[in-house]
Amino acid sequence: MFFGIIAFYLIGAASAVVLNKKDRLCSYSSFISSAIAALLGIIFSISIIFGDTFSYDLSGGSYLKFGFFVDKLAAFFILVISISVFAVSIYSTGYVREYFGKKNIGYLGSLYNIFVLSMILVASADNAVMFLIVWELMSVVSYFLVVYEHEKPETRKAGFIYIVMTHIGTGFIMLSFLLFVGTSASYSFATFAEAGKTMTPLLKDLAFIFALIGFGTKAGIVPMHIWLPYAHPEAPSNVSALMSGVMIKIAIFMLIRVFFDFLGASQAWWGYLVLILGTISAILGILYAVVESDIKRMLAFSSIENIGIILIGIGASMIFFASGKPVLASIAAVAALYHLLNHSIFKGLLFMGAGSILYSTHTKNIEELGGLIKKMPKSAILILIGVLSICALPPFSGFVSEWLTFQSLLLGFNLNESFPRIILSISAATLALTGALAAYCFLKFFGIGFLALPRSKHAEHAKEANTPMLIGMGIFAALSILLGILPFYVLPVLERIAASFTGNLESFTFGEFATFSIPSGAISSSTPVILALMIIFIFIPSIILFLKYRKDQPVYETWGCGQPVSTSRNEYTATAFSKPVLMWFKNIYRPKREIDITYSTSPLLKESFKFESRIEQVIEQYLYEPVVGFVISRSRKLLKIRTGSIQTYLGYIFGTLIILFMYVITGGSS
Amino acid sequence: MISALVSVIFQIIIILALSPLLSGIIKKTKAFFQIRKGPSIFQPYYDVAKLLRKDSVISQNVSWIFHAAPIISFAAVMTAGLLIPIFITRLPLGFAGDLIAVVYLFALARFFTALASLDAGSSFGGMGGSREMFVAAMVEPALMLSIFAVALNVGSTNLSYISQTVSGLGIDALSPYQILAFVALFIIAIAETGRIPVDNPSTHLELTMIHEAMILEYSGKQLAIVELGAMVKQLLVFSLLANIFFPWGIASREAGIVTIVLALVVYIIKIFMIGIAMAVVETSTAKWRLFRLPDLLSISLMFSFLALVSFIIVKGG
Repeated sequence: MFFGIIAFYLIGAASAVVLNKKDRLCSYSSFISSAIAALLGIIFSISIIFGDTFSYDLSGGSYLKFGFFVDKLAAFFILVISISVFAVSIYSTGYVREYFGKKNIGYLGSLYNIFVLSMILVASADNAVMFLIVWELMSVVSYFLVVYEHEKPETRKAGFIYIVMTHIGTGFIMLSFLLFVGTSASYSFATFAEAGKTMTPLLKDLAFIFALIGFGTKAGIVPMHIWLPYAHPEAPSNVSALMSGVMIKIAIFMLIRVFFDFLGASQAWWGYLVLILGTISAILGILYAVVESDIKRMLAFSSIENIGIILIGIGASMIFFASGKPVLASIAAVAALYHLLNHSIFKGLLFMGAGSILYSTHTKNIEELGGLIKKMPKSAILILIGVLSICALPPFSGFVSEWLTFQSLLLGFNLNESFPRIILSISAATLALTGALAAYCFLKFFGIGFLALPRSKHAEHAKEANTPMLIGMGIFAALSILLGILPFYVLPVLERIAASFTGNLESFTFGEFATFSIPSGAISSSTPVILALMIIFIFIPSIILFLKYRKDQPVYETWGCGQPVSTSRNEYTATAFSKPVLMWFKNIYRPKREIDITYSTSPLLKESFKFESRIEQVIEQYLYEPVVGFVISRSRKLLKIRTGSIQTYLGYIFGTLIILFMYVITGGSS
Repeated sequence: MISALVSVIFQIIIILALSPLLSGIIKKTKAFFQIRKGPSIFQPYYDVAKLLRKDSVISQNVSWIFHAAPIISFAAVMTAGLLIPIFITRLPLGFAGDLIAVVYLFALARFFTALASLDAGSSFGGMGGSREMFVAAMVEPALMLSIFAVALNVGSTNLSYISQTVSGLGIDALSPYQILAFVALFIIAIAETGRIPVDNPSTHLELTMIHEAMILEYSGKQLAIVELGAMVKQLLVFSLLANIFFPWGIASREAGIVTIVLALVVYIIKIFMIGIAMAVVETSTAKWRLFRLPDLLSISLMFSFLALVSFIIVKGG
């Protein structure tokens, strides 16, 4: 089965190359075979979650062991990948029509398949060398996908930032792995877990920090997030959906692997650090998302926020685990995994939605949208479901996972010290702020983008997305609802997965009326009942409203102080909508604005008016730019050794050789 | 089963019946302090009844969101109403959601009202929606911290359980952290119900209002639903204040008919007291500028944080 998955992805990749010239056939062959592979992946991972782990040795006993190892945790991530890939592949068959005749579909189709395959292999690699190879494959292929529309300069810049950051991350991952190898004397992950037990605390701390930086870069944790808002929006939307929905989750998978399986999550301060970074990521991510006008960039910032929420759960879990409370650790881990699953689905949905908007209006700028609910009614409903889920409104999926996250933070009060209690409650307060700002942000997205009148010609001529795109989004929308109202089916599965690293299986109890509750305290929730009540209460006033419904309901202009306001120029803009937040957090945003007015003849007559408003990316400006500046200035100094004459270079080589010989002769290790 | 159903229906009726009266009493109290006669305390009933008989005038720009929003918001608020103990603890449907669920149901109601505010394409609507979400964002952290402070005291976020436990504590419930959390939640209640100094419910000057600006385009039956929803929400927020902090007199479900009637009377008195207190606050303060509101809600945040810290100090590490 596992090799079937690999085979179908390879077939997809190969057929895309072969059928390169025939756009339509090429897109169908590559995306349908990836959809089949994804279906196989879903079956395979479910069989592992409920059955035994899968392992396969490729090397046959040679020195470097290569092989696959899929346990419950890895299977969960393969499941998440496969679900996303299935829906996104169907969506892609419709979405790539945009590129027919303009771009090379074979290139996109084959890289897409290899990208997904590399993610599956990352999740199933059983040793560090193989892991690093497929990790690098994933990074490079995703780089090529990011720069698919390479004729745009901003895309090339995004790709550059991405490839640099991702390699810095890989460097730290190597460092972390080498620390393990130093103790285990083997590259196999199985021996890493043993090594984690015998390492000195200092080495463990270092391995933790390096892994956090390395994988954190890929996950987009603040302050290593800076590539994410560049790279995700520039990729084609179907790839963005996978990058934001799935790829950054792979980094979370490795974080869990390293922290729990390899290092045993033994230090409470690791948990605090992860929790604090998660909280900062959540709040900063959403703060930048709220004021963003580019819809894909906004979604990318929101991914940083959601990674933050996931990390809050993981951090809490690590704190509980280190304090010897496996039941609580398991609840917090389930909250994180639940949110991870939900995010991969609603963020995939929203990125596909943004893709549909881009497809039919050719703009990502929210200020040019508006009125799309009438032009794209079906897409609008699906996107609204995604919006409601990401805002964590009941009874949609985000609500369940955020509720669980709040509850796990509240459970911190079962700990005995004051410090974690206060840290966890501050984190909860920040999470509450994050949730409210997320609602603000996505209200802006949907309200400005879809409602009222079109703000530009682009939006006026928008057309409904085509059927495969609607099906792809529909799958995710349906899953968003199901994950919201059926948590009692999902939780036992997640419990098993969390148990594979926290060692505790029974954390939730399930009662009648689809209730699930947390053991300590009488805390329970039942989203189906909430949904049922909502439906009843929707029904009653609807009858009142429509019983005496007049066919000839009076329709009139929108009221505007007696002035006719039936043009889109009177509408509230997205910038204005998010202005209060900009003012509130102006210490973080440091908004700059320039107003440039040119007058004609008299100062009363304005000829032209130019307004520009910018915000600063604090972390980029104050953390990265000094470093980049330093590196560049030092590199310029190094230029002195570049003389341009062959003799000097030969001299350098000779000198290096002599030093290396000395090193070998003196015994190396001394 | 039957008793649960009766209890649910009774609660719905009580909520719907009392909420306009509460609005009427607040208006009457404000009129008293402003040395006016003021409308009858039953005026809100007449208003809703009148609006329900009228036709709606709909803006030509709107989509189905505009029609659906009042109903969804109303349904969310009413659903929250069944999760909040009114005069009986041990709610039949209390298992379905806790205090956090109530907060998110209110958020759902707010989300749709704000969405509808953008639908007609008027600047006023957008301004109202933007400000409403802004205020909500400021409220939320303080709200969550006070929920934590309350929940820690009793060990649960389930509202029936909180009321039951606190009323069992008697006068001991008036601990420092409980009082601090009450002050925090009172400020939040002002913001949540859209009262001075956060919002002015009686203004019709477009630039100063929040909630009224959002619902500017509604008329007739739809406006009736919107207004009723807002009044219900106000009653529920006050009920939260009353039954989390002063649940004494609340009846348990097994209680006899006399106790229940008594509990109902006590509940009505408590709610009206809070309403009158709210009216006093409204008449004695001026509306704050929008960008000064973070100060007010920071005060609330500080109070809730102090409540948490004092809980940790009092209850020991």
